[in-house]
Amino acid sequence: MGARLFRVLAVPVILILLWQGFSMLGYVRPAILPSPVAIIERLWLYLLPGQSFAESTGVLDWLQSSELLSDMFASLHRVVLGFVVGAGLALPLGLLMGTDRRVEGLLDPLVQFLRPIPPIAYIPLAILWFGLGDPPAIFLIAIGAFFPVLINTITGVRNVDSIYVRAATNLGAGRMTMFRRVILPAATPYILTGMRIGIGTAFIVVIVAEMIAVNSGLGYRILEAREYLWSDKVIAGMIAIGTLGLAIDVGVNRLNNHLLRWHRGIES
Amino acid sequence: MSNMFPSPTPSQDETTRLPQVRAVGVNKIFGREPGAVTALKDIDLEIAAGEFVCLLGPSGCGKSTLLNAIAGFALPTSGTLEVCGKPITAPGPDRGMVFQEYALFPWMTVEQNVAFGLEIRGLSKVQIAEAVDRLLETLGLREFRRRYPKDLSGGMRQRVAIARVLALDPPIMLMDEPFGALDALTRRSLQDELLRLWQAVGKTIVFVTHSIEEAVYLGSRVVILTYRPGTIKRDIRIELPYPRDSNSAAFNEIKKELAQMVHAEHDRFALDERQGLTLD
Repeated sequence: MGARLFRVLAVPVILILLWQGFSMLGYVRPAILPSPVAIIERLWLYLLPGQSFAESTGVLDWLQSSELLSDMFASLHRVVLGFVVGAGLALPLGLLMGTDRRVEGLLDPLVQFLRPIPPIAYIPLAILWFGLGDPPAIFLIAIGAFFPVLINTITGVRNVDSIYVRAATNLGAGRMTMFRRVILPAATPYILTGMRIGIGTAFIVVIVAEMIAVNSGLGYRILEAREYLWSDKVIAGMIAIGTLGLAIDVGVNRLNNHLLRWHRGIES
Repeated sequence: MSNMFPSPTPSQDETTRLPQVRAVGVNKIFGREPGAVTALKDIDLEIAAGEFVCLLGPSGCGKSTLLNAIAGFALPTSGTLEVCGKPITAPGPDRGMVFQEYALFPWMTVEQNVAFGLEIRGLSKVQIAEAVDRLLETLGLREFRRRYPKDLSGGMRQRVAIARVLALDPPIMLMDEPFGALDALTRRSLQDELLRLWQAVGKTIVFVTHSIEEAVYLGSRVVILTYRPGTIKRDIRIELPYPRDSNSAAFNEIKKELAQMVHAEHDRFALDERQGLTLD
């Protein structure tokens, strides 16, 4: 245990110590690259609630008064909303395109054309169409989440082993049963992979969207810190993004493992 | 116990007299000229209720094609194919199919797999639970009921597949090399269990195999198919009483006789294989 912990932490700790050393010796200007200690101090200030805890307003308000937590909450809120919109549209469309060759034939060229366009490229149009604030941000995030979910859902449905379909037909399954109880569950490993990628993309897009269209969230805060040349706060914001992204991925992964506990590849 | 698998057919006597499966001049051609492959040619076959018919032959002889045609998965190119006097047009739960690859739904537990067909049939929860309990008991799956297929051995998976088909109490069971992927010991114990079930519930079984031993051990009748085009080479009734002793002289006599016929077909298959003409 101790040896493993050492292996995991050795390189980061050495790098941080070197970094701190160079900073203290004055080799690097704090505005260019602040020292680790300065960043941690800044992160702490960023996290600290602005108001003191009061019984009357409750814990939630107190936590909300922390700039970091309220930024994280704002970003997460947008990711979830955008993801729900994007994946919510992609899933039924993907199921339809996966099952019906004609629909796929009609829509696939358009999908293949639109797919490589990064969501960022929609920013001017998003602002033109939706103005400023949450709507353009959610639009961009939805686009980011839409394509991974769509493509993986189509692939998932397409890859359903025909033997399951034959077995279910033999047992008397009609169209609805076949779809709901055979094709959908058989495609879930792909669909969930798509959702995981989609959430990741949504998280990248939310940061960019917040740098442009809104005035809250982690992306906005980083840009704001840049205006004041607060490099330490920029890095503190980056650390917050990394932590939140990791937490989301771990959470989604846990959920996937639970939903796919029947799947061969996963050992429980 | 006598009512363990209540038969849904009201007029048992009538169905016994009629051939349950009837093929007249059945042809199946894959692809188009040139290069079309005649998988089945002029198949005439009548299977009576309660028979255990083994379709035997080398790879590429069309035995699975015939089974799939009876199942309704791939209809014949021409000819008449009937079940209980009605032409086959689609798959149906009256012809339960057991696949070599088990084809269990991996996202369902053992009991969910077994209940699947009954739920489609629209039985009440209580009826389903009773039927599932009974089947799991019969096939020795009780303590595995909440497991997923991935956590079962091959033999156990095939038991579940058999239970899943038996749940619908089909008059006919179609089995496509169901024990082909199992080790010898598991295979024998499942063969014995299948014979026991067959004798207890009196189903008609059409069983595809390429093992001569298995065909003689199981079948009340063995139909040998020729290699491409698939025609019926011989149709033999096996009169040995059950349970059969695979070491007895009589058993081996029959086995030897069948082996000569099957090997002649296999040689033709092997020749094609060397010339790269097989398309499995």
